[in-house]
Amino acid sequence: MRHLLSINDLDKTKALSILDTALELARISDAPVKKLPTLRGRTIVNLFFEDSTRTRISFEAAAKRLSADVINFSAKGSSVSKGESLKDTAQTLQAMGADAVIIRHSASGAPRWLADSEWIAGSVINAGDGTHEHPTQALLDAFTIRKHLGSSTGDLQGLHVAIVGDILHSRVARSNALLLSMLGAQVTLVAPPTLLPVGVDSWPVKVSYDFDSVLPHVDAVMMLRVQQERMQDFFFPTAREYSHFFGLNRDRMSLMKKSAIIMHPGPMNRGLEITAECADSARSVIVEQVANGVSVRMAVLYLLLAGATQEQGVLQ
Amino acid sequence: MSVAMPAVDISRALTRIAHEILERNGGADSITLLGIPTRGAHLAKRLAQSIATIEAVPLTQIAVGTLDITMHRDDLRLRAPRALMPTVIPAAGIQGRHVILIDDVFFSGRTIRAALDALGEMGRPKSVQLAVLVDRGHRELPIRADFVGKNLPTSLTQSVKVHLSEIDGVDEVVIEDEAEL
Repeated sequence: MRHLLSINDLDKTKALSILDTALELARISDAPVKKLPTLRGRTIVNLFFEDSTRTRISFEAAAKRLSADVINFSAKGSSVSKGESLKDTAQTLQAMGADAVIIRHSASGAPRWLADSEWIAGSVINAGDGTHEHPTQALLDAFTIRKHLGSSTGDLQGLHVAIVGDILHSRVARSNALLLSMLGAQVTLVAPPTLLPVGVDSWPVKVSYDFDSVLPHVDAVMMLRVQQERMQDFFFPTAREYSHFFGLNRDRMSLMKKSAIIMHPGPMNRGLEITAECADSARSVIVEQVANGVSVRMAVLYLLLAGATQEQGVLQ
Repeated sequence: MSVAMPAVDISRALTRIAHEILERNGGADSITLLGIPTRGAHLAKRLAQSIATIEAVPLTQIAVGTLDITMHRDDLRLRAPRALMPTVIPAAGIQGRHVILIDDVFFSGRTIRAALDALGEMGRPKSVQLAVLVDRGHRELPIRADFVGKNLPTSLTQSVKVHLSEIDGVDEVVIEDEAEL
């Protein structure tokens, strides 16, 4: 496997081997020296055409802990604002000898386009493309769920996860629906009908419009950000009405199982899809998701980049 | 395929090494056994058991763990990515301890070089010693073993396999010629 563009690039064995690798790498984060020599001399480019805080920093931390050289590129302040195309940008990076390109782009499918082109010889890793996929986010979510609720080395069989909110615009929801169900969890999407994508009936999930009836049965509830920047239409009457029906608040939190955890991929709209009280509660694992993100991304970088590319390996 | 060490020889060698480790370090108080996965880890457990028996102390008083060296290998780029194995450092840590690295077959010395690098990131042991079940020669680095179960002269076309009951169901060391592989 050379690229990671979609959860569909993985099967259950590969996904579990990434999670197992991440588990070992997480232990290194506790060591006094957090750096490993594994990717010394490799160049990794963070190619971000869209704003990001945690994903970019997380990939950068992961690459640096593996001793890779990291070049950060953001579209703002680059020649992209002068009209440079993705092709020319990619060829520039290739000429500088990038071994891997981590790309975030507002156009769904941009990473696939880059991977299928001949412009870049190295690996392409999707860090979020439009409303399509965000595979490393799903992997870190699965890692977090497994750590809290699953057996630490097994799959997610028997667990029930609710993904709530703006499914339509969420690449996190799509990647998670695919990955969590692949790992054996039951996934229920909860959203107003206007925020569900066309063709959701072909996803391996259940769909509900009633948050309160789903909450008592789930082991993890994953709140999604309402992506106002992608909303050109009116999807719900008012923010207050959305909060009333689909926001996580104290009353709803009391309906949850005692062991159930609260997740959010960030950034949060506090007060819209989740109240501060829920986000900061003891059952919230939102900050831990960020920490786990570094371990999971280290695992992805290690498995894609450390070995000889032509050989068969763990991910083949 | 020929059997170079049957089960009884392995057992005797491990008992002898346990005694030698205790003799060299003046007891079990300041030693930490670290096995290199996978078979070295099992050998480390057996040595810990043996040391506990000799010293007549509970097994829990013997510091034993595992050290995965995959991320420190110098041949990563020549091979496919390998799965990582667990690294478990005992609660006492390695700082100021006599660390005994334990592996099954001692060959080029590259695994031990990687292990020394991995240890260096965790702290500064008082000393690092090496115990191996089989030394088959052909060193590519200036590294030697402190405790050797058996010296096994081999040619480079041969392969030495250690089988342990925990993994393979049987205890034995076998030599295979290339033609048989």
